[in-house]
Amino acid sequence: MSDLAISALPGAEFEGFATVAEAGLQGMITLRGDLGAVAKALSDVTGCNVPATRKITQSGANAVAWMSPDEVLILCPHDAAPAMETRLREALAGAFATVATVSDARAVFTVTGPAWRDALAKLCPVDFSTLGAGDIRRTRAAQVAAAILVTGPDEVRLICFRSVAQYMFDILSSAASTGSEPALYP
Amino acid sequence: MSHRLPNGGRLIQRGTPRKFTFNGKPMSGFAGDTLAAALLANDQMLLGRSFKYHRPRGVVASGAEEPNALVELGTGDRFEPNQRATTTELFDGLTAASQNHWPSLNFDLLSLNSLVPQFLTAGFYYKTFIQPRAFWKHVYEPIIRRSAGLGKAPSDKARDPDRYEQIYAFCDVLVIGGGIAGLQAALSAAQSGVKVVLWEQTAHWGGRAPVDGVEIDGNPAEDWIKTTLQTLDSMPNVQIRTRCMGAGVYDHGYVLGYERITDHAPQLDAPRHRLWRMRAGKIITATGAIERPLSFAGNDVPGVMLASAMRDYLVNYAIAPGAQIVVVTNNDDAYRTAIAARKAGIGVAAVVDARAEANGALPAQARELGIRVLTGKGVRKVKGGKRVTGVELCRIESKGNAHSEVLDCDAIAMSGGWSPVVHLWSHCGGKLIWDESGHFFRPDPARAPLGADGAGFVLTCGAAHGDLVAVLAGAHAAGQSAGNATATPAPATDSLPEEAALEPVWIMPRAADYDLRMKMWLDFQNDVKVSDVQLAAREGYHSVEHTKRYTTLGMATDQGKLSNINGLAVLSDALGQPIPATGTTTFRPPYTPISLGAIAGEARGAAFQPLRKSPIHDWHDANGADWEPVGQWRRPYTYLRAGEKRDDAVNREVKNARENVALLDASTLGKILVSGPDAGRFLDMLYTNMMSSLKPGKCRYGLMCNENGFLMDDGVVARIDEQSFLVHTTSGGADRIHAWMEDWLQCEWWDWKVHTVNLTEQFAQVAVVGPKARQLLERLGGMGLSRETLPFMEWAEGKLGEFDARVFRISFSGELSFEIAVPASQGRAFWDKLMTEGADMGIMPYGTEALHILRAEKGFIMIGDETDGTVIPQDLGLNWAISKKKDDFLGKRGMEREAIVNPARWKLVGLETLDGSVLPHGALAVVPGLNANKQARTEGRVTSTYYSATLGRGIAMGLVERGPERMGEEITFAGKGDKRIKARIVDPVFYDKEGAKQNV
Amino acid sequence: MLILTCPCCGVTAEETEFHAGGEAHLKRFGPGSADAEYEAYMFNRKNPRGVHFERWRHVYGCGKWFLAARCTMALEVFGTYPAQTHEPPAEIVAKIKSKRPEWEGFA
Ligand SMILES: [Zn+2]
Repeated sequence: MSDLAISALPGAEFEGFATVAEAGLQGMITLRGDLGAVAKALSDVTGCNVPATRKITQSGANAVAWMSPDEVLILCPHDAAPAMETRLREALAGAFATVATVSDARAVFTVTGPAWRDALAKLCPVDFSTLGAGDIRRTRAAQVAAAILVTGPDEVRLICFRSVAQYMFDILSSAASTGSEPALYP
Repeated sequence: MSHRLPNGGRLIQRGTPRKFTFNGKPMSGFAGDTLAAALLANDQMLLGRSFKYHRPRGVVASGAEEPNALVELGTGDRFEPNQRATTTELFDGLTAASQNHWPSLNFDLLSLNSLVPQFLTAGFYYKTFIQPRAFWKHVYEPIIRRSAGLGKAPSDKARDPDRYEQIYAFCDVLVIGGGIAGLQAALSAAQSGVKVVLWEQTAHWGGRAPVDGVEIDGNPAEDWIKTTLQTLDSMPNVQIRTRCMGAGVYDHGYVLGYERITDHAPQLDAPRHRLWRMRAGKIITATGAIERPLSFAGNDVPGVMLASAMRDYLVNYAIAPGAQIVVVTNNDDAYRTAIAARKAGIGVAAVVDARAEANGALPAQARELGIRVLTGKGVRKVKGGKRVTGVELCRIESKGNAHSEVLDCDAIAMSGGWSPVVHLWSHCGGKLIWDESGHFFRPDPARAPLGADGAGFVLTCGAAHGDLVAVLAGAHAAGQSAGNATATPAPATDSLPEEAALEPVWIMPRAADYDLRMKMWLDFQNDVKVSDVQLAAREGYHSVEHTKRYTTLGMATDQGKLSNINGLAVLSDALGQPIPATGTTTFRPPYTPISLGAIAGEARGAAFQPLRKSPIHDWHDANGADWEPVGQWRRPYTYLRAGEKRDDAVNREVKNARENVALLDASTLGKILVSGPDAGRFLDMLYTNMMSSLKPGKCRYGLMCNENGFLMDDGVVARIDEQSFLVHTTSGGADRIHAWMEDWLQCEWWDWKVHTVNLTEQFAQVAVVGPKARQLLERLGGMGLSRETLPFMEWAEGKLGEFDARVFRISFSGELSFEIAVPASQGRAFWDKLMTEGADMGIMPYGTEALHILRAEKGFIMIGDETDGTVIPQDLGLNWAISKKKDDFLGKRGMEREAIVNPARWKLVGLETLDGSVLPHGALAVVPGLNANKQARTEGRVTSTYYSATLGRGIAMGLVERGPERMGEEITFAGKGDKRIKARIVDPVFYDKEGAKQNV
Repeated sequence: MLILTCPCCGVTAEETEFHAGGEAHLKRFGPGSADAEYEAYMFNRKNPRGVHFERWRHVYGCGKWFLAARCTMALEVFGTYPAQTHEPPAEIVAKIKSKRPEWEGFA
């Protein structure tokens, strides 16, 4: 179905003191349940372990991010999500757990460059010096909810609701605009 | 006249001239000047007119505390009133203008106000402009508006072209103020390794120490400042920032900092201001102190300055305030100004000292320089109008009836002692104590503002703490304490010549007569005089907060930075009580005004608030959508064709939906997955009707009430399988209802096994509506959609052409209707496909207005129209949707209340005007007579009203007292003015009562 | 502006990431309850000057509700704890008692 499917802001990109880009289609599945009880099914299907609180685990093209004490977000290729949802359902049959594909409910942006913290500090009430690769922090960016996944020393992925993708792109771009470097984080 | 001296000026760069204009007149200064310094260098003493009396005013101070030198800066889109010349850094091309005068600065007609002594005294407005009432609009208001007020607002056409931003930051210790105390505190805190941030509001480090000749370890303070800055700069755990003012201190260590990035260099491509939203573990305020004026007659004449400010202009900018000055004081510190002036070659006519004797080191030094020192004396009055020409002296202990001597001079330096800047300490509840030796309020360390852990989180040091000399030791202690440091190197030793005690003088001379007291200004900015505060006290204003409001003492942009203590002292004296018994007014943030741009930050223009867009938004935008806000969503109200009027477009869309096939973008509809073994039980609690009995594959309409029994949302529930349901909410209700569900699941029924997932944005949802809807969808191929395969109020999942679809046979229009959900990423392609396939069938999109009309023709209620938070389902004839079998559901207990079961409630009916016209929105049904509140009696109101293109007439729904019992009755609605409209009560279902059209 | 620590995800964040939900530990009275019980449940709030137990949701974070014990005068936060309880945990009660000896206790 990928020829029919488009992400929220295909190709959107802004270069400032950090680079902001829409990440394209991303498969996402919400899994709710007792994280201990779903661990085996999760690792059987995704190859990923259950992440510790506010952490991300990864295996190949799949990753799992901790969302709340009874919820994780599985990240996978967009066209793999429906089948993965089905396999998870089967693996969790009989357990009190809920699986739902949410790939299209969100938009994903990457913010790259060594000064990504300086850009995000203008939007999120978060001490970014406490975050490193493998961390996830759910917060707000200006007026909307955002999940920030630190994927490398110089890259984060920011997930927001799809409907506010343009708003998120606009505020990220203005936060990263050249000339506005706050020189806050070393 | 004021002028630039040939040498000196520690902050100016003589090699870099700067051109600017004042009131259109070209002038020049140097890089490093403030606007105030540059104006004084050009002998521009007169800078503006005062607030009430329009008296000539000049520069009094040299920093943020300046009350007078407020100017208009910039023009056009960058015009800003009320900018302090003393904190405005000069740049090439700066344009400034004076304000508060009419018609011109030099000739101000409104200065006549000050010729009538009783005009505009304390409470004048309250007392004078009471009667006659008619005078308010035509006489009082226009006059007051012209004569009072501070500056003028920018044009309503102006649009600020600059960028502003906010930023969140975190540190262990925030030091506010970059004088020597702040530098030492930052250093001592940082040596323990904690994260330290240091802010200085000006462009320079070191504060007053270099001006006042402080020596540190025997060397000029400047040397120590330089090395300390180098040390701080090299520490990775320290960040220092100039042009950043601590604006406010708030709960739990939250501090706002106001950074002015390009005010001094507008050519930079950078945000103009940045608002720091800092969260600090501990805060050290090293904000210094502000010198107090003395209250003598004519203390507001241009040329009268604070002694410290005159010294600043001399030392920092090489400005001579005049050829001959007089220094008036009650302390030793002011002698520094006399000494500095004499050393710069300026004439010093005398130091007038109110104290009986002056024998300290500084007076001795002054005498050695040949300066005449007069003790036991004060100023009787200042001579001169637009600038000082001389001063009459008298004995300090006198009524000032006669002068003892007249001195010629063109500038006067005054010093009434110092007041610590306690604003930031006080913002969040820090308490003050009266210092008996310094005669000022200073922070009481025992009563600091308390943080989240219950411990004090603000410390003070330096002059802000009340330490006017030897500040480094205290600053070191504060830094150590805030940084939790133990063994840090001892600080250097700062020293100044010994000073004799100050002797408080609150008015000069001490027994001054009324005609002198009414010329003694306490608050320059608000034109409040000693006599006004005394009058207020006589009239019973004993509370300092009341006196502030009554007299305006300490209001407006400077918030009484100069006037506060002097005003309190005069009030206390009038009330016959000590100053601490009077207390201070409340210090509120910001410390000085900050720009609205900084407060708005990124939230302006398109980013003012998030605008939510459906996956099909861009198609609507390209196809004539006339947008309507629905919460943060934008939905097409209608789609305008070229030259088409709104109403015509809406009517076209309604008819097309009834006759052909039409599309509605219903993606905004809330979609919440409720899943788990207890999902049915949970929904039975949430909805008034039974949901657990719904079979998989079926849909059911349901109502949700709050615990009051009031209707809060409605929608269709589809059962997915044994354990899961898809709950549809209203567009505006999705987030709210999802939160409502989570609240009950987490906080009340936490042992129930239910999960919710908000899937609202996962799907694009399109309603395909009209007699040809099935025909259109069958062209796509795929899943069966016949009446038998997918009957009304059922749903199915499958492929529609290439699309992954969930098809719901539900109808909010009364027509044959399929609501189809596809993954949001496929939404646009799906919509495009339908428009293409339906082109030959006359397919059209329709907007929210047609949606409303279609549902109103069918008598379907709309949350927010028929409901307003006080309407119960029974009011809307929805008793059928309230289960009688269930023991409990949310709102059931609320519905048992007397007012709720009252049969006289207003209930839903249809309304048809007798003449076919459309009833006004919200019109009230009126009956003769008045109610208990002497208002017209009413018996109902219109909740929805439209022109129905289907029926060719106005239709409406409304809530009417006992309405359903009164079918056929005519009632009267109030229109605009006296207009009355007759309408008949009818069944609310206007179209296809049997429901034949939707069930085909 | 307050800072609170969410006991569900461990994040310490400023107030804007949370949503305040009023008094904690209310007892729901449904159908069949007396008017006075229903009134107490729906409308009567303690609104104390001092120690208060209140509901917060980590709305921009993990989405969980939790409860906070806080002084409404000094804004001191004595502690936060998960919402799945009918009364404050013993250690929080003890902490409040040590810091506010005059407190009459949780009722
Ligand atoms: Zn949390």
